[in-house]
Amino acid sequence: MDTKLFLESLCKSKGVSGYEHHLQDTIISSFKEYLDDISVDKLGNIIGIKKGTYNDEKNIKIMIAAHMDEIGLMVKDIEENGFIRFTNVGGIDPRTIIGQEVIVHGIKDLFGVVGSKPPHLQEPSERDMAVKLEDMIIDVGYPKEEVEKLVNIGDTITIRRNIKNLLGSRIAGKSLDDRAGVAALFECMKELRNIKHEADIYFVTTVQEEVSMAGALVSSYKIHPDIGIAVDVGFGSTPELPKSSTIELGQGPAIALGGNIHPNLRRKLVEIAKEYNIPNQIEVNPGPTGTDARAMQITREGIPSLLLSIPLRYMHTSVEVVDMEDIKNTGKLLAFFVASISRDNLEGLLCY
Amino acid sequence: MLLKELTEASGVSGNEKEVRDLIISEIKDYVDSYKIDKIGNIIAYKKGKDFGKKLMITAHMDEVGLMIKDIDKDGFLKFITVGGIDKRILVSKPVLVGKNKLPGVIGAKPIHLQKPDERKRALNIDELYIDIGAKSKEEAEKHVNIGDYAIFDSDYVEFGDGLVKAKALDNRVGCSLLIKLIKEIKDISFYAVFTVMEEVGLVGAGPAAFEVNPDYAIILEGTLCYDMPKLDTHLIPTYLNNGPAISLIDRTTIYNRKFRDKIVEIAEKNNIPYQYRKTSMGGNDSGKIHTAKEGCITTAISVPCRYIHSTASVMSKKDYDNTFELLKEILLHFEKGEI
Repeated sequence: MDTKLFLESLCKSKGVSGYEHHLQDTIISSFKEYLDDISVDKLGNIIGIKKGTYNDEKNIKIMIAAHMDEIGLMVKDIEENGFIRFTNVGGIDPRTIIGQEVIVHGIKDLFGVVGSKPPHLQEPSERDMAVKLEDMIIDVGYPKEEVEKLVNIGDTITIRRNIKNLLGSRIAGKSLDDRAGVAALFECMKELRNIKHEADIYFVTTVQEEVSMAGALVSSYKIHPDIGIAVDVGFGSTPELPKSSTIELGQGPAIALGGNIHPNLRRKLVEIAKEYNIPNQIEVNPGPTGTDARAMQITREGIPSLLLSIPLRYMHTSVEVVDMEDIKNTGKLLAFFVASISRDNLEGLLCY
Repeated sequence: MLLKELTEASGVSGNEKEVRDLIISEIKDYVDSYKIDKIGNIIAYKKGKDFGKKLMITAHMDEVGLMIKDIDKDGFLKFITVGGIDKRILVSKPVLVGKNKLPGVIGAKPIHLQKPDERKRALNIDELYIDIGAKSKEEAEKHVNIGDYAIFDSDYVEFGDGLVKAKALDNRVGCSLLIKLIKEIKDISFYAVFTVMEEVGLVGAGPAAFEVNPDYAIILEGTLCYDMPKLDTHLIPTYLNNGPAISLIDRTTIYNRKFRDKIVEIAEKNNIPYQYRKTSMGGNDSGKIHTAKEGCITTAISVPCRYIHSTASVMSKKDYDNTFELLKEILLHFEKGEI
C-alpha cells in the first residue's frame, strides 16, 4: 500500500489512548507483507519482526517504536436535552475544540458538533476569554433517551477530520502525532526489502504514549532490544514560536540530542545520514524527551536509545501539518542506520 | 440536493457569484423575468394572480467568512473576518482559500509550549494565520492574492434525528426556501429577491427594495438558536424543532404587529408549529426594506439554526418543512385577499 494512503486511513480512523485496537487491522494488514512475524501483546502494542541475516540466539535486536494512540475526548455525562458533556484524554488546548465536528464512538459512531454560542448573544467581555472544556457540549441531534441507548459514559470521541492536501507534499489532519511516525516505520520496512541487515528489527506501534508511555514500557521489556529507537514528532516552526525551539518542515527528520539519547549511537546515526545524503536536523532535548525513547531508556537494566522527530506544526490540534518527504526520509534513515549495525561494531558503538 | 449545493458553495459577503449563479440556474425556468441589479442582487418576478399589492420575498445569499490581507515572509496568510465571527471558533479549522478553493488550515501553538495562563485567553485575529503548506512567500503568491476570500471547509451532513449540519445555513436555508417557493407556487404574483452583503450591514436590501418598491415584504432567514440545557427560558431565542421563528423585534426592525398577528393566526388555523424569535439581538434585511422609499410592511420568518456564524451550524429538516408550509399558507391568504 502507498504510504500516504496508509497514513490517510490511519488518521481517518480512531484510536484514542487506551482504545487503539481500532487500528489493528489496518496496521497488521499493511505491515505483514514486509515482515516475518507480527503479533499483538497484552496491552495492545503491535509487534512486527523482520529477521536479520543470521538466524541464531545471538542476534542483535533493534526496536523501532512509534505510538499509534491519539489524544481525544471522553464522554462524561448526558444532559437532559441529549447534549453530551466531555473531558480530554491527553494534552488538549480547549481553544482547539470549540466548534469542531466530532465522532462519538458509542454503540455506533455518532456525528456531533461541539456547540458554540452565536456572536450575537455574546457579552463583549466573553469574547476575549477562552471557553472551558467543562462549559462545552456535543450536540448529536438526538433526545436524551435515544442518546442513552447509543452512548455510554466513558466512550471516546475524536475530531471528524479527513486529511487535507496542502501545497507540495504537505498534508494536514488529526493524529499525525504520531501516525506520521507509524508511516515512517512503514517506509523503513519497505526500504529494508532491498537492504541487507544483520540485526532482527522489531517494529512496534505502541499504545498509550500520550498518557503514560505504558506501551513502550512493556513492549521494550518483552523484546529486550540492544538498541531502542523512538520515532515521534517534533515542534515544526511557525510564526509564533522561537526558531531556537523548533525544527523546519521539509528538512528531514530531527535527530534528538540530550540525556535520553545514547551519544555514540547518535554520532553513528548522523554519519549514516551524511553518507547516504539524507537531510536531517538537530533537536535539542536535554532531559527526558517525553516520548517512547524515555520509556525505553529506563526499561530493564536500561536500553541505549535514540529519537527521530518528524517536524510537525500545530501539535495536538486537529490540523497538524507534516511534509510527506520528511516521513520518507525518516524511513530511509532508519533503514540505513539499522543495516549499519553489526556484530562487529555494536559493542564499540555502545561504549561510553 | 439543493441545500447541500447551496451551503457548500462559496459566497462570502461581496463575493456571492458562485451562489448567485447556482440560484439563477435553479430558478430561471420558473420565473417570468429576472435580472442581476447593479450591486449583484437577483431580482426575479413570478407572475400569477394579481391581488392588488406588491409582495417581495427576500433571502440574502452571502455568508460570513475571511479575507486574505497579507502573506508573510514564510508564506503564511494573514486574514480579516468578513461579517460577525467569534474569533474563538477559528482555531484548528480547515478553510478553502480563493476561487480555486485551495485547502489551508488555521493552526495553533502546541499546548506543550504554552504557559497555563495562555489557555484562558482567546487568540486574537492578529495572532491567527492560514497555513497552505507554502514553503515561502513566493510560493504562496503563486496561488493566493491579497483580497482573496476564504470560506470554512465544512460539508453538508445529515445526522441525528432529522438534523442538518453545514456552514452558511445563515442564509442558504432562506435561499433554499425561496427557490422552493418559486418552483412550487404558481397562482400568485411575487418578487423573489436574493440579496448581497447582508452580513456586512444589509447592503443589498436597500437598493433592491428601492427598485421593487413593495407593499409587503417577507424576509426569510436562518436565525439564532441557543437552546442550551439549564438556561433560563427567557434567554433562549428559539428552540430547534419548535417550528418557524417569527420575529418580534431586532436591532434593525420593530415588526408590524398586524401582519405578525395574521401570520400567527394562519399558523394556528393550519396547525403549523411556530415560535417567536425571543431576542432583540441581531438583525436582517428588513431593516433596510421597511424603510425604503415610502416604507413597507415586513415580517421575518426564520428557520432556527444552532451555532450560527460558525463552521458547523445545525438546523432541523422538520423546521424547514414547517417554515415552507407556513409560507405557502401565507401566500394563499394573499391570493385570497385576506392580508
